[in-house]
Amino acid sequence: MKKSRWWSWLWMVLGGLYFFLPLAATFLFSLRAKKGVTSFAAYIHVLSDPQFVKTFTFSVEMAALTIVAALALIVPTAVWVHVRFPRVKPLVETIALLPFVIPPIVLVFGLISLYSRPPLPIVSSPVLLIAGYVVLSLPYVFRSVDTGLRAIDLRTLVEAAQSLGSRAPTTLLRVVIPNLRAALLSAAFLTFSIVVGELTLAVMLAWPAFGPYMAQVGRNLAYEPAALSVISFLLTWGSIALMSVLTRGRGIRGTAAGGAH
Amino acid sequence: MIPSRGNGEGALPARLPLRGVRRSGAGIRTWIGLVPFLLFAIAFMIAPAGSLLVGSFQGPQGGFSLTSFGRLLRPAILRSYLLTIEVSLVTALGGGLFGFLIAVGVTIGGLPRWVRTFLTTFSGVASNFAGVPLAFAFVATLGRVGLVTVLVKFLFGISLYDSGFNLYSFWGLSLTYLYFQLPLMILVMTPALDGMRREWSEACENLGASRRQYWQYVAFPILLPSLLSAVILLFGNAFGAYATAYALTGGLLNLVPILIGAQIRGDVLHDPSLGYALAVGMIVVMTLSILGYNVLQRRAVRWLS
Repeated sequence: MKKSRWWSWLWMVLGGLYFFLPLAATFLFSLRAKKGVTSFAAYIHVLSDPQFVKTFTFSVEMAALTIVAALALIVPTAVWVHVRFPRVKPLVETIALLPFVIPPIVLVFGLISLYSRPPLPIVSSPVLLIAGYVVLSLPYVFRSVDTGLRAIDLRTLVEAAQSLGSRAPTTLLRVVIPNLRAALLSAAFLTFSIVVGELTLAVMLAWPAFGPYMAQVGRNLAYEPAALSVISFLLTWGSIALMSVLTRGRGIRGTAAGGAH
Repeated sequence: MIPSRGNGEGALPARLPLRGVRRSGAGIRTWIGLVPFLLFAIAFMIAPAGSLLVGSFQGPQGGFSLTSFGRLLRPAILRSYLLTIEVSLVTALGGGLFGFLIAVGVTIGGLPRWVRTFLTTFSGVASNFAGVPLAFAFVATLGRVGLVTVLVKFLFGISLYDSGFNLYSFWGLSLTYLYFQLPLMILVMTPALDGMRREWSEACENLGASRRQYWQYVAFPILLPSLLSAVILLFGNAFGAYATAYALTGGLLNLVPILIGAQIRGDVLHDPSLGYALAVGMIVVMTLSILGYNVLQRRAVRWLS
């Protein structure tokens, strides 16, 4: 047993080094923008760039709209499946997993080829970008909502609400959703972290989003990309940490895996 | 959850709903709640994929043709697929092996609880830390003037780039992909390893088995389906990756996603239907790997639940 613990520590430390080194190196690198001195010049430069503010705001807006759209689409569907139509669950689950089969680059290719010509030429509308983002976040949002629904006695809640005279929309908004708060928030944070730095869809659909902005900075400057990388890491860390605080002990583990690479 | 007594009885229940539909129409009303979701899925997943499929069957002069799939066998295209498969395989196997060893450490390997809590949260973050910022982090670390590159030169006098290493090459890209592959493996494997009962290992010990024998004859066979399905998941994860490769190599490596990206930007293949066929090929590979994942996952659940 003793030997096996030593073995565990060895792999843990090696893994820790692999995870830690790039982060430390990136941070140190980002501080070297001014020759010979350690400074936050790269951060100041990036944060005061109007393009940064503009693209970041744009991406945050898109993330917010994606979260609203994804939840509006998925929550009623998942509730419906749980309460009225459990038999169809495998079908809905399969559809929710389709985005794993269609990589983002293929998805955006398909969207462009379908929607850049009649009858629906919406390729330059933000609707298409948001729809694409909803697709990217679909598996995670669905899984999160589904696990949340499983953890509560949904049928009893809905029946109780109905027998007290509540209509379906009221039941959804005032009974089901408050009970799903943790699951919904965790889905929202995960979606946020997927959308904010997303590159593939934004660049192909030609939107001035944060992902393409970062890529462009990477082509032109040396230290600022490292600063952007640190900022993104902190953002991701923030959303995932909030998410795991929310879901701790609720059996909604493991939904954090993945994202758009 | 409704007890699935009626659902789990083989082929029979599949016919019941149909009868319900014909008789009362209640079935149709039950489907209504699914309409928005199904419409969305058709409009933004199935129809776009279908549009690629239709495009890939289009001949040079329009009309139906299979030639674009034949052109997938061109050496350049084939090499591109092979390279993508190689990167995915190397990172799936590498990430799978090391991720598994680390996951073993935090579950049944006797590491303290706080290590596990920290590692799980960190893995959640790292598996999402991909794309452009990840590429930047590796450039700052192992790029030509990256800190580790400089440090190795300063400390040991070895120039990584003179001794054959290049971040913007196959191995550099694979090393970068590992940063999201490894944590994904850890996240996927910890629940499976939690299912390994302590009694099994104790029973083996009581029967006089060595640690090695326990792993070889008990633990490994039980874990094998989970392991394989996790590796397949990792494979698909790397196979579809575009943003990281694009930001790191800027299109130097001819991965299939990079090729598709270039094709979208401006028909670099000078052959639209070949572009569609490339994309359809990706969907086929991803579908096969997800199907494999599902089959193996179902096997894994038999023992570990």
